[in-house]
Amino acid sequence: MGFIDSFVDKFQTTFIVNDRWLLFLDGFKVTIIMAVFATLLGVIIGTIVAIAKVYSFQTGKLKILDKILSVYLTVFRGTPIVVQLMIWYFIILTSVDNGVLVAIIAFGINSGAYVAEIVRAGILAIDKGQTEAGRSLGLSSGQTMKSIILPQAFKNILPALGNELIALLKETSVVGYVAVVDLTKVGDLVRSRTMDAVFPLLAVALVYLLLVIGLTAIQKRIERRLRQGDRR
Amino acid sequence: MIDVKNLEKKFGDHVVLKDINEHIEKGEKVVIIGPSGSGKSTFLRCLNLLETPTAGEIWIDNEQINAPKVNVNKLRQKMGMVFQHFNLFPHLTVKRNITLAPVKLGLMSQEQADKRALELLERIGLPDKADEYPNMLSGGQKQRIAIVRALAMNPEVMLFDEPTSALDPEMVGEVLEVMKELARDGMTMVVVTHEMGFAREVGTRVLFMDEGNILEQNSPEEFFDNPKNPRLKDFLSKVL
Repeated sequence: MGFIDSFVDKFQTTFIVNDRWLLFLDGFKVTIIMAVFATLLGVIIGTIVAIAKVYSFQTGKLKILDKILSVYLTVFRGTPIVVQLMIWYFIILTSVDNGVLVAIIAFGINSGAYVAEIVRAGILAIDKGQTEAGRSLGLSSGQTMKSIILPQAFKNILPALGNELIALLKETSVVGYVAVVDLTKVGDLVRSRTMDAVFPLLAVALVYLLLVIGLTAIQKRIERRLRQGDRR
Repeated sequence: MIDVKNLEKKFGDHVVLKDINEHIEKGEKVVIIGPSGSGKSTFLRCLNLLETPTAGEIWIDNEQINAPKVNVNKLRQKMGMVFQHFNLFPHLTVKRNITLAPVKLGLMSQEQADKRALELLERIGLPDKADEYPNMLSGGQKQRIAIVRALAMNPEVMLFDEPTSALDPEMVGEVLEVMKELARDGMTMVVVTHEMGFAREVGTRVLFMDEGNILEQNSPEEFFDNPKNPRLKDFLSKVL
């Protein structure tokens, strides 16, 4: 049997036999769902935490909340995501039998801690004069934050945020630890069933790579749009 | 319309303003001069509470503004402010810079605000810049637009914090021209500046501040031609 024949044969056992490509498709969907919703959750949590911490820093109020948030950042950035995931699944959310949901919560809350620091850095980098200009026009601190500070901060932190989202997408590949069958897990299952590691694993790797390339392209487009005001 | 009583401002142990008492009438154009670090900008910034006084009272239109539970945002709508570094919003077009506050605060619809923005831009000769971003503009253009942005709120008082200090020399004139026009229209103005020519020509009263005190104040003629305080004499001899 020649190389080409063996190649075709292995391709067939990996994807075609028993309609295994459907397994890959299902795993792909699970990965996408986890990544999208965990990202949303992470960005929302991160933004709120960052605003609260900056507000506390600038006004000296909400000191206790600030301390609690610091503990949140320390704990969730200081322990491995796989361990956090298993703690959510096997200890805290034992009554939730939807593994994907547990994963979204675990990854979202974990990512929130990283996003919070990114957003906080972005807010602090905006010149104080911007806040003063907004407030001097009669805008409240909330309106100033929303219309003036955050749009500028997000523009500046977009590359860092993109990094975090790419990392999050790839981190979801550990979700097999809590019996969720995502793209990676499918690759592993097919590998053990077909006794061929090359095709399933390289296929899985290629899909992640394409996803990340796609995400990067989207990020570039958004950045170009947001940078309109920078052109001279 | 503005009454300042025993105003004091400390940053930590450092006293920046000492027991300032001042009264500003509607329609006055008060120019504040003095060396750097004299407290003149801090005084101006206390008037719209960008700095919180550590003691004393500030009254505007018979309302004490540094009392607890005063709606600071409402108060600031009546007081426009122009900054040394313009502080235009770089992510918004010129038109959006001008219309943001009136629209967000529900004072005008976007259409009304757009119309008003274009009128104001006409007035300063920059209607063609409406859809450009601030980074495309010269310093003088930015500052004129910053003035117009404050005017879009229809304020009763305009505060200027060294409005020409960050400008290239050839752009100072165009900004002062807009301010002069505003003065002619009867706007109440408080201006911190190093432009002595402007103080003399436009000011109805000139204050000299040093080390947190108002050491002398007078009509521009008396102030510049016949200064009494030795520190003021010294200062004028250096800058004139």
